[in-house]
Amino acid sequence: MIEICNLSKSFVTAGGTVDALRNVNLTIRDGDIYGIIGMSGAGKSTLVRCINMLERPTEGTVRMDGTDLGALKKKDMQEMRHHVTMIFQSFNLLMQRNCIQNIMLPLKLSHVPRAQALKRAEELLKTVGMPDKARAYPAQLSGGQQQRIAIARALATDPKVLLCDEATSALDPKTTHDILGLIRAINREMGITVIVITHQMSVVQEICNRVAILENGTVVEEGDVSRVFSDPQAAATKRLVYPDTFEEFENLGTAHNQMIRLVFRGAEAATRPLLASMAIECRIPANILSASTRTLDGKVYGTMLLNIPGGPEEMTRAIRYLSSTPDVSVQAESRYPSQPEGSPEAQ
Amino acid sequence: MEQYFARYFSEKKMADAWVIIQEDFLSATVSTLYITLMSTLLAILIGLPLGVLLVTGDQKGIRPLPRWLMGMLNWIINILRSAPFIILIVLLMPFTRLLLGSAVGDAGVIVPLVIAAFPFVARLVEGSLRELNPNIIEMAQSSGANTWQIVFHVMLPESVPSLITAFTTAITTILGYTAMSGAVGGGGLGNLAISQGQQRSNHAVMLAALVILIVLVQILQTFGTWLARKADKRLKNK
Repeated sequence: MIEICNLSKSFVTAGGTVDALRNVNLTIRDGDIYGIIGMSGAGKSTLVRCINMLERPTEGTVRMDGTDLGALKKKDMQEMRHHVTMIFQSFNLLMQRNCIQNIMLPLKLSHVPRAQALKRAEELLKTVGMPDKARAYPAQLSGGQQQRIAIARALATDPKVLLCDEATSALDPKTTHDILGLIRAINREMGITVIVITHQMSVVQEICNRVAILENGTVVEEGDVSRVFSDPQAAATKRLVYPDTFEEFENLGTAHNQMIRLVFRGAEAATRPLLASMAIECRIPANILSASTRTLDGKVYGTMLLNIPGGPEEMTRAIRYLSSTPDVSVQAESRYPSQPEGSPEAQ
Repeated sequence: MEQYFARYFSEKKMADAWVIIQEDFLSATVSTLYITLMSTLLAILIGLPLGVLLVTGDQKGIRPLPRWLMGMLNWIINILRSAPFIILIVLLMPFTRLLLGSAVGDAGVIVPLVIAAFPFVARLVEGSLRELNPNIIEMAQSSGANTWQIVFHVMLPESVPSLITAFTTAITTILGYTAMSGAVGGGGLGNLAISQGQQRSNHAVMLAALVILIVLVQILQTFGTWLARKADKRLKNK
């Protein structure tokens, strides 16, 4: 278990002090695949580097199974880093060393005998699905293959925790999916706790069970992925969960400025022809601006951005009708020339 | 022009030159190569660790050293690099004598050469190591490497092609410096060119020495470039 308590980190730069992290509190349980998500500059990379003490926290503590990592002596800290390993966005393989040598590096660093290290590295090449690339150099491999070698290297010392710093951000969607699959398999089969740093909600959705949303160095929301996705609370979370915003459709003209966001939770809501029945029962023909569904833990979640024709009266009726449906939540936004500030949100 | 040729390339001068070339050039070439290789080797022996220290001991390096110490190191290197080589030879004569018992001959020139070249090598090594991707260093730290391990398992092996290029630059520069070995009675092509060629107004000897020096530099540079390319595993199509 990793407990991050009151963690703050500030950097002194030429332009003054920058607070990268402010009072972060997180608990990561054994076996979690824990997502830390935020826009660039939110402090994710600093946070993950505070976990293995590549960055020293300015305040607060990081405890792993009760041990205060910040208080470790240099030798113990180096030992700790064999148990908390890391993979990177840019893979960071030694370019002058072949795959097997790259995987053997951490073993060499911890003085494992060569024959034993070689055997372990060969096993790991199989684990990551590249048994035939032992003698290949990183420059001869694709990005996805390089990341597999980096993962094998990170696993060499039998870590308890794997830190993934934007590990799939440089990869195409298909390769991202494959690498995430590998990380999930590692988590399940080897019982390694994984901490995933990303700016992509799709990565969190695909493999994480818990997630923390980081904005401007603070955790604005934290919880089970299915809860956060279905019922985002913080504004930053909403921006990540609903990437299509009201603002995108604002320029459609005055006749189109009444918008409703529908959020479906669970299959029951998704199986009802909600808009068709609203058109028949309320005589409001809603216009779908955007819609998407995703599956989390086998449950279907969907969001839909609707444009409601007519005036405030139609809007009120539509909200009332939609809100009465189980497992559906409604957020409304209407904008009129006379009332440009109006952005009421109704649940 | 005619006068020039008459004076420096008369038949007699050409005949003299031919004798000198036959008798002295082989040993002079061997001497030049010996001085160059020994000096380069010793300069690397001192300059390489020093270059590593300049990078690792930097305030943003992996093992920052006290500011005053780094300041002093840089200061000494800069001073040695600004002294003209011929002056260094003369200034170092007592030191050379102390070290070798004599300040002349081939060995007598190696000492000042090494003193002149190691700061240069240190700067070249510093440049090579600073080119290294900082993410690689971070990876090593996150893998639990200590300072020594980062230097020996990551920084140096990853910089091999760049270091080969740097050492090639060093050896060709040192080859040029050997010309001044004549000043302390050292052998070599440079000495021959000055004592037989310039001082006795036989420019044919000078030109012949020059041609051999050019060929040597070309060979060393070509070999160094080839070796650096061969060592670099980042190049896919070799």
